[in-house]
Amino acid sequence: MSHERAWIATKKGLFELRLRGMQWTVERISFLGEPVTMVLPPAADDKRMLASLTTGHYGTKVHASDDAGVSWHEVATPAYPTQPEGAPGPEWKLVQLWSLEQAHGAVWAGTLPGGLFRSHDFGRSWQLVESLWQRPERLEWFGGGYPVPGIHSICPHPTRKGEVLLGISCGGAWITRDDGVSWALAATGMKANFMPPELADNPNIQDAHRVVRCAAAPDHLWCQHHGGVWRSTDNAGSWQEVEGVPVSSFGFAVAVHPREPDTAWFVPAEADQRRVPVQGAMVVNRTRDGGRSFETLRRGLPQQHAYDLVYRHGLAVADDGRHLLMGSTTGGLWASTDAGQEWASVSLHLPPIFAVRFG
Amino acid sequence: MPRLFFTPQLARFTATPEVETSALTLRDALEAAFAVNPQLRGYVLDDQGHLRANVVAYVDGRRCQERVLLADPLRADSRVHVLQALSGG
Repeated sequence: MSHERAWIATKKGLFELRLRGMQWTVERISFLGEPVTMVLPPAADDKRMLASLTTGHYGTKVHASDDAGVSWHEVATPAYPTQPEGAPGPEWKLVQLWSLEQAHGAVWAGTLPGGLFRSHDFGRSWQLVESLWQRPERLEWFGGGYPVPGIHSICPHPTRKGEVLLGISCGGAWITRDDGVSWALAATGMKANFMPPELADNPNIQDAHRVVRCAAAPDHLWCQHHGGVWRSTDNAGSWQEVEGVPVSSFGFAVAVHPREPDTAWFVPAEADQRRVPVQGAMVVNRTRDGGRSFETLRRGLPQQHAYDLVYRHGLAVADDGRHLLMGSTTGGLWASTDAGQEWASVSLHLPPIFAVRFG
Repeated sequence: MPRLFFTPQLARFTATPEVETSALTLRDALEAAFAVNPQLRGYVLDDQGHLRANVVAYVDGRRCQERVLLADPLRADSRVHVLQALSGG
């Protein structure tokens, strides 16, 4: 995850950015005009990558590159099996590929309407993880941001092959420790205040907007939840709400420092019923002590009449823990080279940004 | 024989052959096109084999309303056009 290259997945194409000196510049645009809703950057020492297009008319299509984004070719798209007649729940039709991660030789794809797919040949074929799809609890999930539920966060354990944690809107968090043979809910401690009181603590209906894992301390997880900020220090065995978040505890994005599990960044928005920066001022909240205190960082960010919303995958931190990128649904892109202390706009005129990733 | 035409808009993603077929229904005509270019199937039909929500098919100038069975009958001289429903921005 080099800090010198980044990928911006937007409603009108995939933008490859390079850091030249202190300046991010657009190096290449792929799929200009097409909605690229997710991208999987190359792993270290690899040039293979994937991009998911959510075309307006023809559905989701996955493209692969073997040369780090210079050229692309279409590969297989995850597809749901035939829906049994009368099967309850959302239609077994791919709406969008919402998350892409790779670990231990496999690529994982999280989708709307809530199916998890896996590829062992880098996208040439996909298999639905039936063990999760067939869980009866899935039928209690519901949409968060889309009409159907979806898997937006995939957190493979960096050293334990076969262990993967998922974040689902709205289906809480789920974990497998046996490579997808079995699954367990992993959202105990989260609370959904918008639900009927008797369901507020139900881990299976939590709207975990985004879940991220610290690479060097994988038991440490952060969650930007619909109702605030939560943290786990026991690999999602339990979650604790972080109180006293300044400006607003509502938001979508969270990023965690790759080596310092107590350091995380959040981009607050006013509230679920008004998804804009508080008082029109873009800010980033940073904690460096595990959520006991926060700094609100605003240097270099617009402080008047800014209505940018940073969505789930719109905030990323590089391997060095110092370079950050943040992209908004109204096409603003900002970068920091000092862990968020100062920001500089890369562009304010990009298409709506779905995802930013280093690599 | 019935002839099948795809919107040129699709050509930016995949080959869109003009197909002449002896098919008696819309679905069979589509299958004849998918036999020429298998990749075309996922652009026209969804996971369940239904016509995609934002794709429309016309048989001899009449819009096909039924999107699941696609059993619209074809005549020997039918002209089938498959195109995108205009939407978005």
